[in-house]
Amino acid sequence: MLAYIIRRLLYAIPILIGVNLLTFALFFVVNTPDDMARMQLGVKRVTPEAIEKWKAERGYDKPLLWNAKAGGSAAVTDTILFAKSVRMFVGDFGRADDGRDIAREITTRMGPSLAIAVPTFVLGLFVAISFALLLVFFRATTLDFAGVVLCVAMMSISGLFYIIGGQWLVSKVWHLAPISGYGGGLDAAKFLILPVIIGVFGGIGASTRWYRTIFLEEITRDYVRTARAKGLPERVVLFRHVLRNAMIPILTGVVVVIPTLFMGSLLTESFFGIPGLGSYTIDAINAQDFAVVRSMVFIGSVLYIVGLLLTDISYTLADPRVRLQ
Amino acid sequence: MSFQPVLLWSDALLFVLFAAIFALAFWARRQEALRAAWGRVARDPVAMAAATVLAAFIVVGLLDSLHYRARLDVKPGEPVRYAVEVHSALDALLAGMRSRGEKTYSAPLATHLYSKEALADSAQREFPRLKHGGAHLGKDLSGHEFDIAVRVSRGCAGGLVVWLLLVAAWCRLRGVEVIEMLKVGAGGTAIRPVVLTLLPILLLLGIAISLGGGYHVFGTDKVGQDVLYLSLKSIRTGLLIGTLTTLVMLPLAVLLGILAGYVGGWVDDVIQYLYTTLSSIPGVLLIAAAVLMMQVIIDTHPEWFATSAERADARLLALCLILGMTSWTGVARLLRGETLKLRELEFVQAAQAFGVGRFAIMRRHILPNLMHIVLIALVMDFSGLVLAEAVLSYVGVGVDPSTISFGTMINTARMELAREPMVWWSLAAAFSFMFALVLAANLFADAVRDAFDPRASA
Repeated sequence: MLAYIIRRLLYAIPILIGVNLLTFALFFVVNTPDDMARMQLGVKRVTPEAIEKWKAERGYDKPLLWNAKAGGSAAVTDTILFAKSVRMFVGDFGRADDGRDIAREITTRMGPSLAIAVPTFVLGLFVAISFALLLVFFRATTLDFAGVVLCVAMMSISGLFYIIGGQWLVSKVWHLAPISGYGGGLDAAKFLILPVIIGVFGGIGASTRWYRTIFLEEITRDYVRTARAKGLPERVVLFRHVLRNAMIPILTGVVVVIPTLFMGSLLTESFFGIPGLGSYTIDAINAQDFAVVRSMVFIGSVLYIVGLLLTDISYTLADPRVRLQ
Repeated sequence: MSFQPVLLWSDALLFVLFAAIFALAFWARRQEALRAAWGRVARDPVAMAAATVLAAFIVVGLLDSLHYRARLDVKPGEPVRYAVEVHSALDALLAGMRSRGEKTYSAPLATHLYSKEALADSAQREFPRLKHGGAHLGKDLSGHEFDIAVRVSRGCAGGLVVWLLLVAAWCRLRGVEVIEMLKVGAGGTAIRPVVLTLLPILLLLGIAISLGGGYHVFGTDKVGQDVLYLSLKSIRTGLLIGTLTTLVMLPLAVLLGILAGYVGGWVDDVIQYLYTTLSSIPGVLLIAAAVLMMQVIIDTHPEWFATSAERADARLLALCLILGMTSWTGVARLLRGETLKLRELEFVQAAQAFGVGRFAIMRRHILPNLMHIVLIALVMDFSGLVLAEAVLSYVGVGVDPSTISFGTMINTARMELAREPMVWWSLAAAFSFMFALVLAANLFADAVRDAFDPRASA
């Protein structure tokens, strides 16, 4: 198992290099730093000096790949590729346009992001699996049909509607929770309730339907018939046999998401004014802060790869027949 | 000619796409297996009802894709000139709605503006009358409700008459009794849900036309534009993003997926590396990064675009391209897996034994057996893309702010929720149109998947 994990981690290296080169190409080759400077400075203030100053402030005034002027190893290290892209591997993301250290910003904003994402994720999983089991328990009845229709209707509603409608109904009409904002410590709880509930509610449709399909596929298997033939009540069949055997497809979809929870949710965080990584990303996109967007792309892919690895490991925990070699 | 036709790139692609769909449908009629599968879709009443709703949306979208520039009035002898702004056939149909703008917000069917203003003839600030909404009522507003009721019933009656005429014409053509066709379990089951769905669509259309003549059915937005007009214009953007993205993605996914699965070896390794790398970047971030870069390109090359419509169109196409480039990985992975399975089957091995070339095998033997996956991916992705457009526009990486879309409508209306009393109508209109479109697409996609997926038929 350890050998497998190490090998998988080694596989991750070329992928991360690929991601890094891709973002490098997107941000520095497709558009030269001059183009970016011109766009950010606006049409009126564009002078060659202003562009040079803009580039120097951000460290974009170096050659892209090879610095012929510098001697020795500096020919490689004193370039944009090395300073901006390769340094990301050691966690050095440089500075945002407002001069703050991106790595520091990320560590402080991780907390609020997780405070929303983790409860939403756990609660959403629990609610969706319970509803799916309920529908499967009443399969081929009117209740099941109504449930599926409701799921399709709920997944046809835009996520923006859940947020806007929820804020309006819960905060403005019923005055049950603050409409947006965030506080430290225990104070945070009252700000978190609404986004978590809305997050869970908005996800129910799609995920319930997905789990229902998984359970229905499992329920046609022979072991289920055997269990019923033994005289087990349907409740026990569902919880003890079907749920356990459906773990592998469930884990495939679920575990990979866990590390990316760190990234936060773009929509929820910006609507509720939560100072997490999601709103950080949105602000960066709106302010066209390329350094931050690049860093978030890189971190996102690292987390995704970690998620894939965790998925494989979770298989061995859920199903003893799975062996990783 | 009193107008000059304008063919935007996205129009051309949309028409090519629909022509291709019709050609494929014609071809599929003669294929036994395909006809059977589509027959299963046609026998599903929910699917047919959803298809009818989708068709209504598509008609609006296609009407909105016939663009032209109107001729300007010039003195005789002067060279002919055309207007700068580009309009569509839909704009021409809704000319009344488009031109009858108000000053700012007004509620649905209102006769007065949303906010108070100081009027010339009175000392107090009052709600001014709308320029067009309810203007035919004159000074006396006591008949407002009555007028609305009359118009609604007139619209209903009109819709009903058109519906009856259509049904009668169809029955006459096919030689069926009207009552026979509407009975449950009648012979032509496929047509019954279509006819029954057509009724509410025509009724709503009748009401909208009849009310729209004198009022703003869904109110007006901040700059006084009719919200119903904006919602109808948004349909084209949603359709474009939903269909053109798949058009971009499919060739790439099909080609690379089959190559990886069939050829194997280093080709497989390279393609797998490619899609693992792309799919490991979180979707929204990759799209955001690509869109930001595209904006820089468009902004630094203003000389490429003659009109602002062309620029907005280019941005829309680029968005489709970017969405397609970031979303082919999932389908490619599916196709690769399926090709790996097919490669080992007898009919492929027989073809190999006969000495059929690699590419001929991929084209003649592998590709047709993957088409159901391609079709399912196409219809399943559509609704997701329509919803994604709204989110991306909110994040700031969606369509051009001047393009009318559900996303831009929601985005501008969102700011007004805090006002008292609330300005809810633009949001409500955008969300309900989007809901109808996405729900119809989802229901239709489910039926197509059930009919074509060999595993689902169990």
